[in-house]
Amino acid sequence: MTTPAQLADDGLAPAISLAGIEKWYGTRDAPVHALAATDLEVAEREFVVLLGPSGCGKTTMLRMIGGLIAPTGGTLTVEGQRLWDGENRRSEAVSELGMVFQDANLFPWLSIEDNIALPLELKGMDKARRRARAHELCQLVGIKGFEKRWPRELSGGMRQRAAIARALSYDPKILLMDEPFGALDAMTRDAMNLELQRIWMDTGKTIILVTHSISEAVFLADRIVLLSPRPGKIDTIVEVPIPRPRRSEVQASETFQSIALALRQRLAEIS
Amino acid sequence: MTDASMTNGGLNPRTAPVATPPASVLARKRGLREGLLPWVTTPLLLFVLVGGWHLYVRNSGISPFILPAPGDVWTEWRYLMVNPRGWNHTYWTLYATLAGFFWAIVIGVGLGVLIARIRWLELTLNPFIVATQVIPKVALVPLFVVWFGFGVTSKVIVAAVLAFFPILTNTVLGVKSIDEGHRDVMTSLNATRWQIFRRLELPSALPYIITGLEVGIVLAIIGAIVGEYLGGNLGLGRMLIERMNAFEMDEMFAILIHMSMLGFLLYFSIGVLRRLLIPWHGSVRH
Ligand SMILES: Nc1ncnc2c1ncn2[C@@H]1O[C@H](COP(=O)(O)OP(=O)(O)OP(=O)(O)O)[C@@H](O)[C@H]1O
Ligand SMILES: [Mg+2]
Repeated sequence: MTTPAQLADDGLAPAISLAGIEKWYGTRDAPVHALAATDLEVAEREFVVLLGPSGCGKTTMLRMIGGLIAPTGGTLTVEGQRLWDGENRRSEAVSELGMVFQDANLFPWLSIEDNIALPLELKGMDKARRRARAHELCQLVGIKGFEKRWPRELSGGMRQRAAIARALSYDPKILLMDEPFGALDAMTRDAMNLELQRIWMDTGKTIILVTHSISEAVFLADRIVLLSPRPGKIDTIVEVPIPRPRRSEVQASETFQSIALALRQRLAEIS
Repeated sequence: MTDASMTNGGLNPRTAPVATPPASVLARKRGLREGLLPWVTTPLLLFVLVGGWHLYVRNSGISPFILPAPGDVWTEWRYLMVNPRGWNHTYWTLYATLAGFFWAIVIGVGLGVLIARIRWLELTLNPFIVATQVIPKVALVPLFVVWFGFGVTSKVIVAAVLAFFPILTNTVLGVKSIDEGHRDVMTSLNATRWQIFRRLELPSALPYIITGLEVGIVLAIIGAIVGEYLGGNLGLGRMLIERMNAFEMDEMFAILIHMSMLGFLLYFSIGVLRRLLIPWHGSVRH
């Protein structure tokens, strides 16, 4: 048995590893088996996309990795540290994680820059440095000039960018994103995908992203994890060997099309 | 131009002319239509009401012991404004109102936050809180006078008891209405209990609490005045009863108007507080 330290020496330590991770939800009637025992390893700097029909446990899996709900079985490690001690979350392990939710979840009483700098404020950084960092990030995600606005004064896409900036503000090694662009129109979505790819390549983060969109999955992922429902479990893992940086035009390429088609057929079979 | 349409894959986009915002948008920005109009219409309506009152008193021959003329009331009110005795009474009413309001906030918000968080506490206390609300509190005022004397203390307590309930219920509602997604953000950021309270729960509940304060301040002034009706020799309520017993209707009306102005002023202050504390909220117009 190799320890995480040895693995790190070989440059092989996974950023995230799930070993037999399982989730049951207690409900008023029968318990729901949301995720059957699952093994998955995500390497440093890898871009993994979770894809699957509605109710197959994608959100459940991501929320367990993000430290929001406890698994009912198995071991979850983040950067070599155990995340869950039974029901208790170990906060050291969480500090390397940044989450982006389906809704932007900005606080309406904070300006855009204060929303983006919220994680830094909680960590006790002084105001001037927070501001500077928030302005930098607004530039990065393309909402420069809106720093002083209230969230309600921004469009849905701009709010989602601000939410991404908030998750990037404290420079976590790992980004977890749950259908971050689900509410956006196709075009904004394409633009956001390009930007996310650029940010990912610039910052060298590990990303796990949940989506319903096959083309979004193929465009962004190094590896696509296809989940099947009742109970949720990994059905297939697909590698996407398209070189980077990928431009919008790759969607017309043959590799892209054949992967997308295979996924579409498999999805139809398991839904 | 032709090049652009070629690279657009044969699509032919139109160019839009430079646009200027319509007048209605600019007016809203300066707050013209919404801001200025009430400054004309409200005084106008007031003028019509007072004019109607004046004409009615003059033409119906109603006894001044029942309804005095507005002119006489105005004279009395001006006298009240320069009369140090009147200001002394005003001071005590204001004191009882604000002190009672203060305690209502401390207890209402404090207990509200606890009740919203701790389920068993809510279940335990709920019957008692409802009980304090269904007994007619004004009927208890004589009891408060017996317990706490004819001094200002009993008035403070009546004001606090009346104002406390809306503040409590709104605080509970506010803390319970916190968005689950917002909670997830704080959890994923490893926020401490105190940070969650200070950065999420408090600001999130604030619009509700301020609505509670708006109802509460009005009830507090009612409580203080009713307390003064029934005991002691200080405050506007006491002054009003004295004038009524002396059949000084002009003065009684002047005091009534004075009380209303005080109520307006306090209610308005909460409005200012709303603007200062929650400028981000939909209830605040810019
Ligand atoms: N809090 C909960 N209590 C009980 N059951 C739950 C809870 N959350 C999720 N479930 C159940 O677990 C299963 C997986 O849910 P999950 O939200 O992970 O699906 P998902 O893959 O994210 O679906 P979608 O694509 O629609 O977001 C579903 O059957 C759902 O009903
Ligand atoms: Mg989901």
